[in-house]
Amino acid sequence: MVIAVAMDSREGDPLPWIDAAKPTYPTLIDREHRLAELYGIVNVPQAVWIDEAGRIVRPAEPAGAYEGFRRMNRATREMPDDVARRTAQAKATYLDAIRDWARNGAGSAYAFAADQARAHLPTVTEDTATGQAMFRLAQFLLRHGERNEAERWFREASRLHPDSWCIWRQGAGVTELGLAAQPDFWERVDGLGAKRYYAPVDMPGMP
Amino acid sequence: MLLTESGEHEVTGAEVSTEALWCSAKDALRATGWEAKPEGLCKGEVCVPLPAGRAREFVDGGRINLAALWRHLGRPAVRSERGHVWVLSESARERQAALASLEAPDFALPDPSGRMHRLSDYRGKKVFLVTWASW
Repeated sequence: MVIAVAMDSREGDPLPWIDAAKPTYPTLIDREHRLAELYGIVNVPQAVWIDEAGRIVRPAEPAGAYEGFRRMNRATREMPDDVARRTAQAKATYLDAIRDWARNGAGSAYAFAADQARAHLPTVTEDTATGQAMFRLAQFLLRHGERNEAERWFREASRLHPDSWCIWRQGAGVTELGLAAQPDFWERVDGLGAKRYYAPVDMPGMP
Repeated sequence: MLLTESGEHEVTGAEVSTEALWCSAKDALRATGWEAKPEGLCKGEVCVPLPAGRAREFVDGGRINLAALWRHLGRPAVRSERGHVWVLSESARERQAALASLEAPDFALPDPSGRMHRLSDYRGKKVFLVTWASW
């Protein structure tokens, strides 16, 4: 089954999307990014595969995402053809892998054995753990009208956990489309250089 | 206000300084599960002995200094500038160990109607746990 979790601090924001998707599975709202603390989620979409016994068979990883958006035309939001193709291919490859696991379980080539799963775990450091705690503090203060101090904690959280786009984008301003994609976002993305926006996924056929 | 693993806890009468968060034994137990026992500070069956000669940094009469305990445990304790909100969370080592067990950490989150769902409610099924966001 699917459990979809919106990493959205402003609780109302995901509701129109959920209404439009008419999901047949649980859609939950993670205002304080609990899944980031527990599973090491740093971006969306990221997914974790969990078997019937509650064991992790694929730790947090980008879920069929390809960072082709970095090459889109930022004025028109159009994608070059080859980027659009690779984006579609990443999504299809990942979806096929999930279906294969749903059918074949531990026999699926995409389900990691325990030692492989451990080798793919995200690394939690004192800095990232403290950064997540600061993020939670920032969320609480923001919700209680203390925006100025909240913004300082967002910045400090992001400084300690720079790989978390979830922290950075929740602390950032949004465009009229509700996207945390103002010029400062693009600056930060461009600043990645050769570094990936979505961590590479260890799966044959993924770009 | 204490934000802990078990949720948000209103605490009255806490005494706060830059380094200290003194709470009544009752509040400490309610918010964190920790309490003072003859063995030291304990959560359930797990006890941490207090460093020799430094017990007063942690326990004073009926009160517990949760900030000192958290530092002692190597866990993040983050406070607002005025000290009216504290976040007491788990250490990196604890989070990493939980993940390395490969037992999917349980959580409880609301759906749009406010109904809470726990991951463990769905034990017995494969779960594709996927995050997204409006932003």
